[in-house]
Amino acid sequence: MAAYLLRRLGQTLLILIGISLVTFILLYILPADPARQIAGRSATPETVANIRAQLGLDQPFLVQYWRYATGLLHGDFGRSYLQKTEVAELIASRLPATLLLMAGAIVSELVIGLTMGMVAAVQRGSKLDQGLMVLSFVGVSTPQFVIGILLLYVFAVLLGWFPIGGYGTFRHLVLPSLTLGLLGAGWYARMMRSAMLDVLRQDYIRTARAKGLARWQVILGHALPNAVLPIIAMIGIDIGIFMSGIVVVESVYGWPGIGQLAWQAIQRIDIPIIMGVTLISACAIVLGNLIADLVAPLIDPRIKLR
Amino acid sequence: MSAIKAAETVLSVRDLKVQVATPAGARAVVEGLSFDLHAGETICIAGESGSGKSMTALSVMRLLPEPMARIGGGEILFGERDLASLTEGEMRRLRGNDIAMIFQEPMTSLNPVLTIGRQLGEALQAHRTLTGSALKKAVVAALEQVRISEPERRLKQYPHELSGGMRQRVMIAMALALNPRVLIADEPTTALDVTVQAQILELIRDLQRERGTAVILITHDMGVVAEMADRVIVMNHGKVVEQGPVGQIFTAPKQPYTRELLAAVPKLGALKGSEGPMRASAAPAPVADIKPTPVPVRPVVEVNNLTVRFDIHGGLLQRVVRRVHAVEKISFSLKPGETLALVGESGCGKSTTGRALMGLLPFTGDVLVAGTPLGGLSRAQLRPVRRDIQMIFQDPYASLDPRMTVGDLVGEPLTIHGLASGSELEDRVAWLFSRVGLDRDHMHRHPHEFSGGQRQRICIARALSLSPRVIVADESVSALDVSVQARVLDLLQELQDEMGLSYLFISHDMAVVEQISHRVAVMYLGQIVETGTRAQVFDDPRHSYTRRLIEAVPIADPARKRESFVRMEGEIPSPVHGLDYQPVYAELEDIGARHLVAREAA
Repeated sequence: MAAYLLRRLGQTLLILIGISLVTFILLYILPADPARQIAGRSATPETVANIRAQLGLDQPFLVQYWRYATGLLHGDFGRSYLQKTEVAELIASRLPATLLLMAGAIVSELVIGLTMGMVAAVQRGSKLDQGLMVLSFVGVSTPQFVIGILLLYVFAVLLGWFPIGGYGTFRHLVLPSLTLGLLGAGWYARMMRSAMLDVLRQDYIRTARAKGLARWQVILGHALPNAVLPIIAMIGIDIGIFMSGIVVVESVYGWPGIGQLAWQAIQRIDIPIIMGVTLISACAIVLGNLIADLVAPLIDPRIKLR
Repeated sequence: MSAIKAAETVLSVRDLKVQVATPAGARAVVEGLSFDLHAGETICIAGESGSGKSMTALSVMRLLPEPMARIGGGEILFGERDLASLTEGEMRRLRGNDIAMIFQEPMTSLNPVLTIGRQLGEALQAHRTLTGSALKKAVVAALEQVRISEPERRLKQYPHELSGGMRQRVMIAMALALNPRVLIADEPTTALDVTVQAQILELIRDLQRERGTAVILITHDMGVVAEMADRVIVMNHGKVVEQGPVGQIFTAPKQPYTRELLAAVPKLGALKGSEGPMRASAAPAPVADIKPTPVPVRPVVEVNNLTVRFDIHGGLLQRVVRRVHAVEKISFSLKPGETLALVGESGCGKSTTGRALMGLLPFTGDVLVAGTPLGGLSRAQLRPVRRDIQMIFQDPYASLDPRMTVGDLVGEPLTIHGLASGSELEDRVAWLFSRVGLDRDHMHRHPHEFSGGQRQRICIARALSLSPRVIVADESVSALDVSVQARVLDLLQELQDEMGLSYLFISHDMAVVEQISHRVAVMYLGQIVETGTRAQVFDDPRHSYTRRLIEAVPIADPARKRESFVRMEGEIPSPVHGLDYQPVYAELEDIGARHLVAREAA
């Protein structure tokens, strides 16, 4: 187990180095010039050149990357070009909000998706099954900003059940979590349905029935743990998908997370912030996958981590 | 057993009809089935695949895969109640409590993610209010009754940590824990090794005697029928062909189908005293008769000190931590026109040996095929050797690509080796088809349109396409019904007589091996423990393991029914060892006329 974690940690380091390098290259070859952005439209070429020199942007690529990477090793993510604050501080102040939103999204997609899929599988071929599958298809194919605006309009504006935007209470969390989670819920409903149908055909389900167990015992006790296995692995991948979703969701609901931070930074080519958010997202994805891998053997004893 | 005749009727099936939904409408898979089951009695329902025997078992439990299959008529009387018309809730209270069932596949019949203790406890709790230590006591008692070692420890184990035999014991413990009046066993030993099968059959018989349970045993194996049954129902295509007391069915079968079925069963010991293998045709084939002192012919396969080990990786750097010692220093040779059988139980290394011979696995030692050493050959260098040695696999369903036509499948080796194309290829494939007894007009069909036996013929045609000198047949008839199996064996022998083929026939089935082989090698834990001519090994087995194997085979003759099987406790040890493990090689001793037997520790 310790050996497994050590190896995963080593892999994570390699991944982070790779991602930081690729992001750095992409930003370097970008035609836009951050120094000009900072200096403003009316600045003289000299001012721009000065700023460029100050930021070290006139150095060769490898020198720039080396400075950034050695800084990282000391926990230094650099300073924002425009906000003049430490990137680490900026991210730290906004990360909790984003993590909360993601947790809410994971809970809502699992609860909605797994329930829909399980009910559909058990009622296979019924009107309910067909209805649920149409619904899941809608969830999968509707863009997140449309879902966000629809939910806002119906539940906040028309019904007034939830606040229109902002951050702080559980009621603030509900609509953004749903918006972020519905896409995944649609996928999970479909995956769960087919996994469940497959499991219900297995010999051990027949054994469970032959013992005289009630239907709900067979479904919840015997089928569910087996059907949920392939889905556990997906949750790790979800965190990556969420990273692109939060940019949209946070701006629709005015949620003070790193999605908004990233969006502002991209518009202004604030390289240290873009790099910081990218690396933190990569960490989150790697961590999410690691947790999914660690949870799997708790459910399936046949999986051995080596 | 006249006492049984007077015993009360526990279950009475009247004119049962089971239907399956097909695109063309409902089709009856069981029709007009009637029988009475008495307390303490064993009824065997025997038949080949598609006979409706499993469907019958599932209808009694009301576990048919609805809505695809359903009871279409008749009554299943259990006491006063008709099981066919009970609601699901009423039926649920009977299942496990009054009527219990065990299934064919112990590997898949237990839930992989739940502990043995939980699965057994649940079976008890479904019908009794038991909790805490009382429940644990009852579960341990149930495991003790099926003679599982260390029952306390098993409670926390998961199914994958147990062997097939142990899992089937757990299934039996689960089924019999509540002392049901009827036990339905659907092919309970088909997936198990013979020595384990003997243990399980004996267990079922002992528990039945103690408790007076009535048993319905579903099986395709006439040997098992003869050992276990009081009465027999022979089914074919959903209809009862014949039913009666076991002695009568075996000694005086009334129906031609029953006679054919019994004739097709290979009987161990049927060839006692004769030297060569049994021939399909009445006329003995002189070509294949290898005398104990043959004229020196160069063997077509020579194997010396073949060793195959698989590494198991682990740890931080994924170094090798343990090894599977699959095959350890075995040597044998195969002459032209000869059949050598490798026999043994699962995990003994017989299939690994076959695959090493095909160059499909890395190995150490010397393997010569038609004089060419296989060791150290690259893939390209192996290719011409492969023309001389071909393989037929066990599962004729899985070994044919479902998207290719069977003609393409048979012709593919010729294309790969660049030996034929165009109309020449077509002619060659057509010839192969007719040679293995298939209609050449069927060349353009796909595998799913053929039965299991036909598919195995297609596999044989494919193996023959390159005119090989040796065919490795790995459990090639094991998945087939007996009547089909007999015809495929006949075909293999005809081809041998005609083309002088050599077979390495890998099998776990002692009776089949006795029929087809000239020479036999018995494998145990990766080594050959006894080898010699068929007559030497079967008529005069010297090694204790060979004797155990032969002893364990159920004999299709109720007159030779045993009071009890030789008690064989324990199972084959694991071939996985640490890195510093030094294998102990059993020294083979010639006890006369090249009959080699491993020396055993006294």
